[in-house]
Amino acid sequence: MTTLVTMFSHAYLWEAFLAGTFVALAAGLVGYLLVLRAQVFTADALSHVSFTGAFAALALGLDLRVGLFAMTIMVGLGMAAAGRRAKPDDVVIGGAFAWILGLGVLLLTIYTTRRSAGNGAASVTVLFGSVFGLSRSRALTAAAIALGICLIIAVIARPLIFASLDETVAAVRGVPVRLLGFGFLALTGVAAAEATQVVGSLLILGLVAAPAGAAARLVANPYRALPASGALAVLSVWAGLTIAYLVPVLPPSFAILAVATVLLLAAMATGRLRHRTRRGPRAAGTGPEHGRADRPAAAQPG
Amino acid sequence: MDDVHFSVNLVADVVQMWSQPFMVNAFRAGTIVAVLSALIGWFVVLRRQTFVGHTLSAVGFPGAAGATWLGFGALSGYFAFCLAAAVVIALLGGRGSGRHSDESALVGTIQGFLLACGFLFVALYKGFLNGTNALLFGSFLGITSRQVVVLAVLAVVVLALLAAGGRPLLFASTDAESARVAGVPTRALDLGFLLVLGATVAAVSSITGALLVFALLVLPAATAHRLTARPARSLALSVLFGLVAVWTALTATYYSPYPLGFWLTSIAFAGFVVAAGGRALRERRRRGFRRFAW
Repeated sequence: MTTLVTMFSHAYLWEAFLAGTFVALAAGLVGYLLVLRAQVFTADALSHVSFTGAFAALALGLDLRVGLFAMTIMVGLGMAAAGRRAKPDDVVIGGAFAWILGLGVLLLTIYTTRRSAGNGAASVTVLFGSVFGLSRSRALTAAAIALGICLIIAVIARPLIFASLDETVAAVRGVPVRLLGFGFLALTGVAAAEATQVVGSLLILGLVAAPAGAAARLVANPYRALPASGALAVLSVWAGLTIAYLVPVLPPSFAILAVATVLLLAAMATGRLRHRTRRGPRAAGTGPEHGRADRPAAAQPG
Repeated sequence: MDDVHFSVNLVADVVQMWSQPFMVNAFRAGTIVAVLSALIGWFVVLRRQTFVGHTLSAVGFPGAAGATWLGFGALSGYFAFCLAAAVVIALLGGRGSGRHSDESALVGTIQGFLLACGFLFVALYKGFLNGTNALLFGSFLGITSRQVVVLAVLAVVVLALLAAGGRPLLFASTDAESARVAGVPTRALDLGFLLVLGATVAAVSSITGALLVFALLVLPAATAHRLTARPARSLALSVLFGLVAVWTALTATYYSPYPLGFWLTSIAFAGFVVAAGGRALRERRRRGFRRFAW
């Protein structure tokens, strides 16, 4: 208990919690909307390119974040543009991202040999994050940008959820569906660049998908599931950072991902349990079709 | 290695390269892996299972990192985890495939968690941080003769299985319904293919690293698919492209300061872009011609 009290006497933990809280909130919100729009693997793609972006900036001698943001926003917008007109198949997407990752390895080599900052740790930092190594100014910037993402989502959440649930009806009602789609994927790019600084580029997908998946299983109403997803993400980061502090062997990004995964599994288990208990007495009389038919009614936006 | 220079005399280059035992082993392992991945990858593209290949390769990283931490070789870790993951995917497959977005959140979470586990093993095994890049992005250094033997045995087993089950697999992959009606055991074939795919991904990972498996597993096969629809010719082309990609990449890595992962992905992707672009151009010309004729 005393260790928990003294925990916040360390400045680096304050900074980790500050950045981690807001970045997690942004990742949770964006993640839920990605799940709702069936675009989860955008996050996977962004996690591949963010590595290359970071090392492109480092190889040029710039701040890593410049490359990170430029690359993720660009690719986010590119995917929004490509997703509409042509649906490129898996091979094209996978091949292109494997190649971009290969370019990242090249830039990594250039960076480590030219800049003589030379060790393999640079790539590990970008790939798996180092939230305990954030400086004060970096933590403040990350928190501010993440807060901006959350505010924008709070503004566009209602029309965006409407457009995600029924695009045609939303378009007829005058919701700018296309503009929202572009804006949202650009926002996803920013969120991915933010998350890279906390959990690293390879683990973005986990932080984005796990709280969102859990919230989607626990809460049917999307307007309530959206904040729930943000809250679960913040919970994962808080618990993960605390565990990583108490057990120094565990890297913080592993602890965060572990908590998030446990949350998702728990949500799946309770969802199944609730489904079974709700269906149990009714199943004998009306059959499973009836039990399923009343579910969309619960999903109607309140 | 600093005083090696590429010359115009290709034979002398190859002789010089192969005077190094580690390069000979790299070429042996690379050749085995290229053939294996080209053949299996051809079926992966045909069956549209490229995403499964991607997931299996992400699983390989914690396996390799964990095995290195515990003192087994990375190769055994790749095999253990990729095969186990193939079994799990096979067991889960078929159930609840309708709810797409829910499942993608689960798959994404598991993938992220496994990569995080890999990072944990890397952190536990201190002083190993430089080796992380080799596990993720591939390396041609330090392939032992014993690993080459292991890869060769695996390749023989997989090729024997493919020779025995290739024809029904082709049938089941192109038209599952008709194959089932004709009495082909499609479910058993699905399971068997996933296991073979797991073993292949593990073998490919040992050369390309966990993150770049796609380049060698899918791209040569996809290039061949774009060029011809005839199975035999397409399979042969796939093997040819795989071999060319691996051999060129190994040579380029030996004679340049840049890493294997970069060369391999660039060469494989360039080949794919040329093939896909050529096909698109040809189709456009044909369509344009037809429009003109009308």
